[in-house]
Amino acid sequence: MSGKPRLEGWTCPAPLRNYPTIVLGHGSGGLMMADLIRHLFAPALGNELLDQMADSTVIDASSMLQAAGEGARLAFTTDSFVVSPIVFPGGDIGELAVNGTVNDLAMSGAEPLLLSAAFILEEGLPMETLARIAESVRRACEAAGVKVVAGDTKVVNRGHGDGVYISMAGLGVIPPAVRIAPGLGRPGDAVLVSGTMGDHGMAVLSRREGLAFETTLESDTAPLAGLVKAMIATSRDIHCLRDLTRGGLAAALNELAAASKVGVEFYEARVPVRPAVRAACEMLGFDPLYVANEGKLVCFVPEGEAKAVLIAMRAHPLGREAARIGTVVADHPERVVARTAIGGSRLVDLPAGELLPRIC
Amino acid sequence: MTGRDAGKAMKYLDEFRDGKLTRRLLDEVRKTVTRPWKLMEICGGQTHSILRSGLDQLLPENLELVHGPGCPVCVTPLELIDKAIALAARPEVIFASYGDMLRVPGSGRDLFSVRAAGGDVRVVYSPLDTLKIAHENPKKQVVFFAIGFETTAPANAMAVIQAERQGLRNFSVLVSHVTVPPAISAILESGQAGVNGFLAAGHVCTVMGYWEYEPLAGRYGVPVVVTGFEPVDIARGVLMCVRQLEQGKAEVENAYARSVCREGNKPAQAVIRRVFEPCDRAWRGIGVIPGSGYRLREAYAAFDAETRFPDVRGILTQESPVCISGLVLQGLKKPSECPAFGALCTPQAPLGATMVSSEGACAAYFRYGRHADSPMAREVRA
Repeated sequence: MSGKPRLEGWTCPAPLRNYPTIVLGHGSGGLMMADLIRHLFAPALGNELLDQMADSTVIDASSMLQAAGEGARLAFTTDSFVVSPIVFPGGDIGELAVNGTVNDLAMSGAEPLLLSAAFILEEGLPMETLARIAESVRRACEAAGVKVVAGDTKVVNRGHGDGVYISMAGLGVIPPAVRIAPGLGRPGDAVLVSGTMGDHGMAVLSRREGLAFETTLESDTAPLAGLVKAMIATSRDIHCLRDLTRGGLAAALNELAAASKVGVEFYEARVPVRPAVRAACEMLGFDPLYVANEGKLVCFVPEGEAKAVLIAMRAHPLGREAARIGTVVADHPERVVARTAIGGSRLVDLPAGELLPRIC
Repeated sequence: MTGRDAGKAMKYLDEFRDGKLTRRLLDEVRKTVTRPWKLMEICGGQTHSILRSGLDQLLPENLELVHGPGCPVCVTPLELIDKAIALAARPEVIFASYGDMLRVPGSGRDLFSVRAAGGDVRVVYSPLDTLKIAHENPKKQVVFFAIGFETTAPANAMAVIQAERQGLRNFSVLVSHVTVPPAISAILESGQAGVNGFLAAGHVCTVMGYWEYEPLAGRYGVPVVVTGFEPVDIARGVLMCVRQLEQGKAEVENAYARSVCREGNKPAQAVIRRVFEPCDRAWRGIGVIPGSGYRLREAYAAFDAETRFPDVRGILTQESPVCISGLVLQGLKKPSECPAFGALCTPQAPLGATMVSSEGACAAYFRYGRHADSPMAREVRA
């Protein structure tokens, strides 16, 4: 290195370098916390709204709504993220939190715009891990076109948390004339899924202590707002959307069937499942219908629009493996029935509780 | 494996779930059956596969499948679960178990509740993982809940052998092993279930072979067909069994040759024999069946959790009087015939283990909608 040192824009990394891990002081509200925000969170997440650094961020909602047109509405959601391990094949908790919140907004047809993020950090969390998570929050926000505009940090004693928990809220705008809700499913609607089932759940499980197994599986965590936008652009008559998270497809279909007071029938053989997910499920005794995704959705749409929506989904990078799996029916309301490959049928109920590996 | 080769490779799963092949085999079953027959599938894994695929709905009316006692979680006595819970609640113990034991209620609570109350309860997939936990926690006592049929016995025995080899002093096992042939004898001896033929459990026979069933088939005049777990396997097992019945034969046949040979896996059997010896064992809901279990041999008594923690030996427990899981396990009743089924007893609030375990017949009936009055049942009847 030669010439004069460039000091412009340089900030001293010393306070963070002194602490390779999170300590209780980082949640004290004092200098250490200010350092953490200034050196770690602000560089990753900073924007004109977050930089207000006020107790509450002031936003101009009326211009947000006006920009979307007459009759636009706001959508608001909250979600917490407690995944273990916090870094898993295909992602980490930061990306998962952004995508999860964005997806909840997208399921009402909203375009996600603003997020809040509260980080609950466990004493002893490596600073490097936290930096990675903050960076992946940044990347995920960029990919989804959203900003974190309000934030909070707390530190809990070692043993009182699982490294890091993230709690988010999200605000989005629903374009005029879009009416999508869990209760709007009607008999005759086609049931579409956007891709393969169970990828996230099995990827996370493959790294969990005591169950670890070798696999090339990666989490499918992804923001679905773009896919939903493409679907809405094709049909303004989409009735229901649900992202497939805990409880998998089985839970989502049961929830929609209950909210719409309709039955659902689907062909098991038409549900896309990656061979690696199927193999891992077989080994552990899981049913892929009950395993979580983080970047897939199920959609109820009138029969007449189904083909066009499916084509639009398949044209989007996050819907390439989209498939029509079944139909909404008037029979057996609030029950989901699978037609099996051999021509039988069975009830697909809500999962009873925690998924447990089978003995043999 | 790449390109064209991958397309040709056997996947050992999809082929055996093929709808057309299964239907063809079941057509053959329909053509073969001329009289009413009752078959018992031994294994809970088979019960689930049957109900999950809907194979039971596709059988001819005069052919009935009844569900056998082959769910290790279901037949583990309540008393032993209470012992497990007592051990898991001890502050110095890390209690490791196969996953589906966690939700089985003891007379008071289940292992989940013990965990929530601060007990260190861990789910393991292989008992050998438990040894690692013992190494990593030298100040703790690690107890493994060694349950299961002949299928899990070799791995559970191997964990004890390894623990001895490694000189592990903080590892022990709470043993509740059971074996299939004495249970079949007991069911046939009682004569109540009226079972005409058996589908033997493919994975048990993978370990033990099927020579053990030959005297049974001869003595009681019942065909025994070693059967796998996928719809094609089960349809084939059913077909071979009804063919024998229609021809008046009572032999042991193998419909699962891709995994099972007559002699079984001899090294695995040697490991079992080295660590375990036969004993009388109580089966939940059924009672004591002579010679139907394994216990640790004297040489391995140091690894017996009931020796290490003698106070759990005193635990004695009674079953719920309402639950008919014992009759279900013997094939005397269908789950939907139980007055508590689906009302007092559900997977969320189970009275008996058959409603808890992912292999239990009651859980399978509940999960796959075989309620007597369900829309599915009506649809199937219509």
